[in-house]
Amino acid sequence: MRSSAMRDLMEITARPEVISLAGGLPDTSTFPPDSFAAQMTRIAQESSAEALQYGPTEGFTRTKQVIGELMAAEGMDPDPDDLIVTTGGQQALDLVAKTLLDPGDVVIAEGPTYPGAVPVFCSYEADLRQIPIDGEGMRIDCLLATLETLDRQRRRPKLIYSVPTFQNPGGVTMSLARRRELVEIARDRELLILEDNPYGLLRFEGAPLESLYALDGGDYVLYTGTFSKILSPGIRVGWLCAPPPVMEKVVLGKQAADLCTSTLTQYFVGEFFAEGRWREYIADVSAIYRSRRDALLGGLERFFPPEARWSRPEGGLFVWATLPDYINTTDLLAKALSENVAFVPGEAAFADGLGKASMRLNFSARSEDEIREGVRRIGRAVGEQMALYRTITGEHRVPEPASGGGEAAEVLPLRRPGERS
Amino acid sequence: MKVAVLKGGRSLERAVSLRSGARVEDALGALGHRAVALDAGEQLVASLKAERPDVAFIALHGPGGEDGTVQELLEILGIPYTGSGVAACMRSMDKATTKNLLRESGIPTPDWVAFNATAFRELGAADALEEIEAGLGFPLVVKPAAQGSSLGVHFAATRDQVPEALIAAFSYDDRVLLERHVHGRELAVSVIDGEALPIIEAVPLEADQFNYEARYEIGRTSYNCPAELAGRGEEVREAALDTWRALGLAGFARIDVMLSEDGPQVLEANAIPGLTDTSLLPMACEAAGISFERFVAIAIELAIASPPGVGR
Repeated sequence: MRSSAMRDLMEITARPEVISLAGGLPDTSTFPPDSFAAQMTRIAQESSAEALQYGPTEGFTRTKQVIGELMAAEGMDPDPDDLIVTTGGQQALDLVAKTLLDPGDVVIAEGPTYPGAVPVFCSYEADLRQIPIDGEGMRIDCLLATLETLDRQRRRPKLIYSVPTFQNPGGVTMSLARRRELVEIARDRELLILEDNPYGLLRFEGAPLESLYALDGGDYVLYTGTFSKILSPGIRVGWLCAPPPVMEKVVLGKQAADLCTSTLTQYFVGEFFAEGRWREYIADVSAIYRSRRDALLGGLERFFPPEARWSRPEGGLFVWATLPDYINTTDLLAKALSENVAFVPGEAAFADGLGKASMRLNFSARSEDEIREGVRRIGRAVGEQMALYRTITGEHRVPEPASGGGEAAEVLPLRRPGERS
Repeated sequence: MKVAVLKGGRSLERAVSLRSGARVEDALGALGHRAVALDAGEQLVASLKAERPDVAFIALHGPGGEDGTVQELLEILGIPYTGSGVAACMRSMDKATTKNLLRESGIPTPDWVAFNATAFRELGAADALEEIEAGLGFPLVVKPAAQGSSLGVHFAATRDQVPEALIAAFSYDDRVLLERHVHGRELAVSVIDGEALPIIEAVPLEADQFNYEARYEIGRTSYNCPAELAGRGEEVREAALDTWRALGLAGFARIDVMLSEDGPQVLEANAIPGLTDTSLLPMACEAAGISFERFVAIAIELAIASPPGVGR
């Protein structure tokens, strides 16, 4: 997020009375406190000294085994030597950027991209080029056009950053055909890809697709995953897979940054997975998120204007909605906050000021009722702005009822889901 | 002395206010006072009654804290408070009110038109846009009437951009201004007790002068303090102090001025400007050799010298 004004607005979204659809928070209340207590007690009784001690920079072997199990569940089989345990997935992004990027280097990402990646690449002074997405993810034709433009300038990107599955914030998943094309382009041109996959296991419907990492075999694709969305973001445990030449530098960077990832929380990960019920837990959480996604999509159908468009994710945490281009969602957020509801303005997902008419809506952190109410309030604010715009531009010079402006959105005819892109 | 530091609140400038308040608390500690931090919420009056502070330092920004509301409550409770009184706060918060008073007092301010949303919804104000645009010219600036920071301020370079700039501004306030854009140097005059501090010039680093946001981004704007005004400083100071008097400001304030070829034009007055590490009033204090602690001490002395009921 570049704008300090927006940063200040986002800070207000944390007020308790605000229904925030802004964060990317998993619902940690789904984790049974009894299990947590039992696991931590076991750690205290059996491994107290080790759990309170420093650990290896690369992470514990046990944590790597768990990571291997998780990646195997998504069709990947990494060499443990190619793995490093990081302090959340965010550190993996930072370490890759620190290792690969010099000021002015080109990084390619989806547009929109993960809002938390924008400051990472910007802080290493990368030249971020964003490639539009559609319902099948990153548009490979646009990627090729960008690569050709760069070729003519005798420049090559240092990195292609992608969240191919349940993309944050777009909510779309890259099709298998595009995944193959992307990996082939990387291999042909000897370009590195960083695949960021925090949500892959949170699939509500549809068949899983092969990861970029699996398609490539780990030569040109670096891969980052995290326990944040499937277990807990509070434990700050994620990981990175990278081939040896990159990994050597990443380990040095990790040593400089924080020596090692929290040993205590790595022990917790080990304990949780030792119980062997993680698949059931993820299935339970996914069922909850699926219902919440449906509540959000239902709310959008009911309360958003017909001009609005939004993604329909098959998993993950986010929906991306786009309003008529005359609506600035950063300003809309101020109006929404006065109604105690919040979202992430689309601008945050771009480095260059695009996305002003879009917003990211999260559906994992709030109950279905809260989500519906939140979307109703946002929809009413949008409805009021659109009515005012029409009045000002003279499209519909009809006086509005003094208080009923927002209700208009509720009587909109429902549209078929197929109309969405 | 026991000093209540009022900060936070519900305005969109909550985050800045918390930073201003924290800095004031530190300064009060260094001065040997006892600071009691109060987040301006539902419990504010009850807390003030329970704490019975000797004086309140208002570090609130934006509607609620800077518009006379909190000041009125402190008047009722009989607690001396820093900064301007109720009426001056009201006059400064609403830019349309400010500009009317400036014009009546003969202080130059860019031409403007102010509307509320009802004018568009019920009175067909849209039909007057053509005349307004012809009168103000392009580019013009559209801003919410009562919003302290740069939030909601948009430039319209052409007629097409006016409607979206209007609805953006209406996101913040029911009243908006359309203002003639004055080309010139952007200056901030901080005033303490009727004395102007060294003038600060904000210089956008990026070429796009109509990117309002850039000015508020660290690294995208540089500040010169004191501004090099080659003999034009006096007229700027005069315009700022005239504004101070016309609005009846007290304690401290910051007045934003655009210095055009035709002379200074006053844009707005901030009754409670930001007091953070990167804010302009503390920067001006430093240039004048006044430490932040000294500034806080002066603000409190002035508050106690003119307690509630005496009238400001």
